[in-house]
Amino acid sequence: MSLIVKIASRNLLQDRLRFVGTVVGIVFSIVLVNIQMGLFLSFDRMVTTMIDHAPADLWIVPFGTKCFEDPSLLDRHDQVQAMAVPGVAQATPIVIGFTEWTVPSGGTTPVFVVGSPETGAGLHPWNFVDGDLAALSAPDAVAIDATYFGRLGVTQIGDSTEIRDRKVRVAAITNGIRSFTTTPYVFTSLDRAQLYMGTPPARVSYFLVRLDPGADLAAVRKGLLAGIAKIEVLTPAEFSSRSRAFWLFGTGAGAALFAGALLGAIVGTVIVAQTLYSSTKDHLNEFATLRAIGSSNLYIHKIIVSQALLSAVIGFTLAATIGFVVVEMTAETALPIVMTPELTAGLFLLTVTMCIASSLAAVVQVVRIDPALVFRQ
Amino acid sequence: MNQPIIEAVGVVKCLGTGASRVQALKGVSLALAGGQLTLLMGPSGSGKTTLLSVLGCILTPTQGEVLVRGQSIAGARPGEMARLRRDHIGFVFQNYHLLPTLTAVDNVRLALDVRGEPAASAIARASDMLSAVGLSNKLNAFPRELSGGEQQRVAIARATVGDASAILADEPTGALDSANGNAVMTILARISRETNRAVLVVSHDPRVMPFADRIIHMEDGRILSEHDNRTVSRQAAPSSRAAALTPAGNGWR
Repeated sequence: MSLIVKIASRNLLQDRLRFVGTVVGIVFSIVLVNIQMGLFLSFDRMVTTMIDHAPADLWIVPFGTKCFEDPSLLDRHDQVQAMAVPGVAQATPIVIGFTEWTVPSGGTTPVFVVGSPETGAGLHPWNFVDGDLAALSAPDAVAIDATYFGRLGVTQIGDSTEIRDRKVRVAAITNGIRSFTTTPYVFTSLDRAQLYMGTPPARVSYFLVRLDPGADLAAVRKGLLAGIAKIEVLTPAEFSSRSRAFWLFGTGAGAALFAGALLGAIVGTVIVAQTLYSSTKDHLNEFATLRAIGSSNLYIHKIIVSQALLSAVIGFTLAATIGFVVVEMTAETALPIVMTPELTAGLFLLTVTMCIASSLAAVVQVVRIDPALVFRQ
Repeated sequence: MNQPIIEAVGVVKCLGTGASRVQALKGVSLALAGGQLTLLMGPSGSGKTTLLSVLGCILTPTQGEVLVRGQSIAGARPGEMARLRRDHIGFVFQNYHLLPTLTAVDNVRLALDVRGEPAASAIARASDMLSAVGLSNKLNAFPRELSGGEQQRVAIARATVGDASAILADEPTGALDSANGNAVMTILARISRETNRAVLVVSHDPRVMPFADRIIHMEDGRILSEHDNRTVSRQAAPSSRAAALTPAGNGWR
């Protein structure tokens, strides 16, 4: 083992209580940042999950639509104009919106209905664990996600209840289709969705446009905009970006998560800086000895930075372990915390940066040490 | 006298600022040559430790000049002063100043590690040096497991392992009993004689006088007297008394 690392590790372990304090500070900080950023990533995925799973090259959306959940509506007859634009192979209407689900045991709960034509393209459910898409053709059939059994008060295929006084029967069950708003998704046919939400039959939420092979996307977009009034035409990436911007930043939810993460990082930095500073202060005599025997400032800085890095590695390892446990525990809940390799790497970099930044105060203190101190002790 | 390894010429050193400013050294000139153990004596506050600090490139003179191997330290930056200490000077302190978290061999190796010597050769040299001071059986002992005399021998090994041409010792026997003090002084005397190093011992302990080749008395920041001690008390002197105390070593490099 390098002598620098040996000195650093033993300096840390000499006062075990303080070292535990340092590690707890790092763990607290990184777990907090991990949870905040994990929630952010989770929200980020959920915000665009419907757009990501829709089979569309372009989306026709009402002018000024802010996000996928926007309640604005289009005229269903615009489908004809859309189909008339050269390069458009399909323009599938879908309808979405919030409504009330009657919980069989009593009361109601809000749900988010997604309705698509029973056959052909559309925004259909995926990840079936029971039943299938064909089952949604049956009268009153809906698909729900197993995540929300408790909220909806149903547990299996065949269970029935009502939405706005209209009968609903669970015909298919999915897993992992979760909503950013934590409101359960209910998939059904286009017509039934309109009934469940009270949307007039002539009104729909969006058209999913598929292009002919080799069609020029820009030209099609231009044609759609020219032929249909009060609409916008967005690529899936643009619609995702707009939804993400609205929910994560327009509402302040993302800013709150980032603020929480920043607070965690600041708290961690302060705790580590304080403990490293006091550790250095306790070892001033030893650092003065090192300076007296001719060690360079760089050598001493390496010891202090090694202390910071050792704290970072140990703290991060514990924090990451806790983080993975939290991820596992929330994986099947309505609000899963997401951990990605990029986030893990980012958290490690943050931990290292935080600890090195924390060591600056100690480094400044050591630079000022008078080696003549050894003659006064 | 041989070519001086460290030389002070008319050194004045002021310490403190404002009303508390004092002139600790008032024009001191002194040369330390290889193969010679110089004893610097004087009452507390006479400027002994300040002079040792100036000669050891820890403090810079306010006036006058200090030369290390003929090179003036005037205007040297802290980094250059550190390099001079690293390359030319070994220190022995009254309270040893060993790193409590390192073993004896690692404490000695430290002096080589700060010079960038590879670990394997540094460990081998440190082990040899500890054997030379009679601590071959204590290589992996921590300072808390060593007696005061043993700790001071580790400190001497640390001061000498890097081939420093001058060893500056501040009250090296101050915290030791008579037997251990004699053992430490015997080692320092052997270092000066057998390795042609300049050894400066600052002490007010008269028991170390027989080990000195030269004795300098200081008072009020000035050298009062200086005399050659080899013809006086060192003829047979410490060797017979110290023979039994001299650690069984492998010799000095």
